[in-house]
Amino acid sequence: MQGKVPGPVLLEVRGVSLSFGGVHALREVDFHVSEGEVCAIIGPNGAGKSSLLNVINGVYAPGAGTITYAGQTRRAMHPHAAAAQGIARTFQNIALFKGMSVLDNVMTGRALKMRRGVLWQALYWGPAEKEELEHRGRAEKIIDFLQIEHVRRTPVGRLAYGLQKRVELARALAAEPRLLLLDEPMAGMNIEEKQDMCRFILDANDELGVTVVLIEHDMAVVMDIADRVVVLDYGRKIADGTPAEVRANPEVIAAYLGVPTEADERAVAGAG
Amino acid sequence: MIYREAGQFRTTYVADQRIFPITQDRVAMAMLLVVAFVVVPAAASNYVLTALLVPMLVLAIAALGLNILTGYAGQFSLGTAAFMSVGAFAAYNFQLRVPGIPLLVTFVLAGLVAAGVGLVFGLPSLRIKGFYLAVATLAAQFFVDWLFTKVAWFSNDSPSGTITAQPMVIAGLPIDSPARRYLLVLSIAAVLALAAKNLSRTATGRAWMAVRDMDVAAEVIGIPILRTKLVAFGISSFYCGVSGALWAFAYLGTVEPQAFDLQRSFQILFMVIIGGLGTVMGAFLGSAFMLLFPLFLNWVLHLIVRTELRPGLLSQLELVFFGALIIVFLVVEPRGLARLWQITKEKLRLWPFPH
Amino acid sequence: MAFFVEVLVSGLLAGFMYSLVALGFVLIYKASGVFNFAQGAMVFAAAVTYAGLVSLGWSAWVAFAGSLLAMVVFALATERFVLRPLVNQPQISLFMATIGLTFVLEGLSQSVWGSEVRGLDLGIPDSPLELKGILVSKFDLVAAGTAAVLVSVLAFFFQKTRVGRALRAVADDHQAALSVGIPLERIWALVWAAAGAVALVAGLLWGSRLGVQFALTQVAFKALPVLILGGFTSIAGAIVGGLMIGASEKVAEVYLGPLIGGGIENWFPYVLALLFLLVRPDGLFGEKRIERV
Repeated sequence: MQGKVPGPVLLEVRGVSLSFGGVHALREVDFHVSEGEVCAIIGPNGAGKSSLLNVINGVYAPGAGTITYAGQTRRAMHPHAAAAQGIARTFQNIALFKGMSVLDNVMTGRALKMRRGVLWQALYWGPAEKEELEHRGRAEKIIDFLQIEHVRRTPVGRLAYGLQKRVELARALAAEPRLLLLDEPMAGMNIEEKQDMCRFILDANDELGVTVVLIEHDMAVVMDIADRVVVLDYGRKIADGTPAEVRANPEVIAAYLGVPTEADERAVAGAG
Repeated sequence: MIYREAGQFRTTYVADQRIFPITQDRVAMAMLLVVAFVVVPAAASNYVLTALLVPMLVLAIAALGLNILTGYAGQFSLGTAAFMSVGAFAAYNFQLRVPGIPLLVTFVLAGLVAAGVGLVFGLPSLRIKGFYLAVATLAAQFFVDWLFTKVAWFSNDSPSGTITAQPMVIAGLPIDSPARRYLLVLSIAAVLALAAKNLSRTATGRAWMAVRDMDVAAEVIGIPILRTKLVAFGISSFYCGVSGALWAFAYLGTVEPQAFDLQRSFQILFMVIIGGLGTVMGAFLGSAFMLLFPLFLNWVLHLIVRTELRPGLLSQLELVFFGALIIVFLVVEPRGLARLWQITKEKLRLWPFPH
Repeated sequence: MAFFVEVLVSGLLAGFMYSLVALGFVLIYKASGVFNFAQGAMVFAAAVTYAGLVSLGWSAWVAFAGSLLAMVVFALATERFVLRPLVNQPQISLFMATIGLTFVLEGLSQSVWGSEVRGLDLGIPDSPLELKGILVSKFDLVAAGTAAVLVSVLAFFFQKTRVGRALRAVADDHQAALSVGIPLERIWALVWAAAGAVALVAGLLWGSRLGVQFALTQVAFKALPVLILGGFTSIAGAIVGGLMIGASEKVAEVYLGPLIGGGIENWFPYVLALLFLLVRPDGLFGEKRIERV
């Protein structure tokens, strides 16, 4: 997407390093995300992309460096606190509650917004009912938005993979986040499904004003929807810029897109 | 033909969120309640009331409690009977030592005491999971067993640790006849069942199920894990405590500590498994099954084996059958009788068409 | 001081007896991921079968063989009718199935052999032996020796042999093991039979100590804290755990018990294990569980 005026910086990652035993997952990674942007993180497998998301929402505490989010700087944060401050995320291997229906899963996304205590809920009358219905309304808006009304009562475990990913996105959006972290939201989908997902993510960014950081392997998708791209390789950031800039970056090409061999060049010359 | 949803459109969230969205279900439930509250006490014999229905309802309450802990929240517990025991002894002591305390208040307090104990034994659940947690709950079981037998204060210095429950009186009305006991237990069971159902369809129930299904993800969404688990332990133990108090006061009248031993915990666990883990109906179905099945088995065995059996052989054969039945249920329908009932209803919706 | 050492030693040796029972649990859990609640019932069934056969006039060794055969048959039946239909079900279902097995086994053995208490004489004297000024029971020494031998054999088997490796694979993931061609059914039958043999040995030792009666099934409950301390998957852990539980239980009984009122041996090992779990949630030797998101 072009022509977007970047808003104030929402997330700033500075000098973050993370290692597990001898494995250095992240090495002094620096980048920032402006409010309202769609930022894609790309890189070969094992480059540390998921670990980076985990650090941002507090699942891992980095060994060095800081995260500044919404003006607050810290190193470690409890995931619960991250959620309370408006960070929502989806996971690479779908982390849905398989025993519950789609509607219930999306409703859990609103867990932090529900105030009434246990006793009121047991009574389910008056304030508790009102609250439940209000949040049901909000959840249904998200369900409409992502077009999963037809399966709202189906236990999530029974849905096709693509639909499950959409439900996970719905759950994340139901929390009305400021920052949405998506870990390979389109993995395993066909072209049609990917196009749908792209549309949903862009709509969420446009209409709901959510800032998006997503990990993605499909370069076409990245080129299409990202405002900025951050490239990781072996835990280090090797490029940072608009999709066009990154695509032309020789280091990125070498690490990720592949260095053309003689055979490739002959093939290209032959075809041209 | 009869069980059709055609023409029933739910146009509001209120209508959709109902416990029984389908009209026929609502009618059936209303009829069931009328039968239970009006017809049964008038028509059933004293034997059926005191020996079958009262224990069935009392144990169903405990099964509801275990269902909350293990079925919804996924925390495996083998200490159910210990919490019942706490409830029974607490109720006895409140009635004994606090003159003029209303009976229902005693029951609530007994439940709260049991809930407190449940919270204490639930604290390890943050660090410990699965079988380790089950074994940890056994610690509760054995400890409570020992405590009430050894420490005489609890049983008012009775030498064997046995207590005799005081007669029940509510607002001047003595609850002594079988019909009245039955109605008391039925009312409490109905209220607690409704509360459990409500909890399961609101945020608390969803938080429990989230923790059960994938607690790491639940934490990331913002669900407080420890608090959710502790609330499950607390509420579950409250139910078990009330059940224990009712067992002492409304059912047997006397309680020895052995009444709430490991066997009892297993009995309730089986109720929940056979009835259906994670359902409110399952607690009642399972309880009815566990109480009626031995009678049925007894009767069948007597029909088959005419000659006089060695004393005790019958109960041993029952044991074999029960064990085999558990295994059969786990293989054939792990989601229990409640699921079988659900399947029946779904078939009913289509009847008389095959699909 | 000498008295304390005696108590400690007798506790340690009693711990070996607990380890024997725990060993059966570990075997099955290590190889099939099933927490076999029926282990105690297996101990009882094996012991009562032996005692019953002996009372029918069979000689000791033949009775032993006969009981072993009975346990093997039980293992085969369990594999065929319980484990196979429940393959890849959640652990909790398998655990509850073993509770059902417990009932079946208890009911069956009592139906066949009756429920009266029997004595079991293995010919091992319970007389005390004096070692360096401390009195030690000969019986306890024999039990300890047996446990040690069994453990070494089993540990070697698991670590060094091909079948042992296959067993460990099966415990990790049933479906994955199946897909690499490991014959699940045979493996399970083998392991349960082995656990049955261990149960027989434990049953004989415990039976001659306590007499063969229904209470024998309760020894399994003593083994559970052992498993918590030693971890569910470690054979060495079963021994170390057994020693720790045995020793602490005996010492607590003698020194702590009279202060609180006695009879604490039922719950003391459990509370001990519980406190231990708070510090090490996976036991001393248990495999650490890593949860990935």
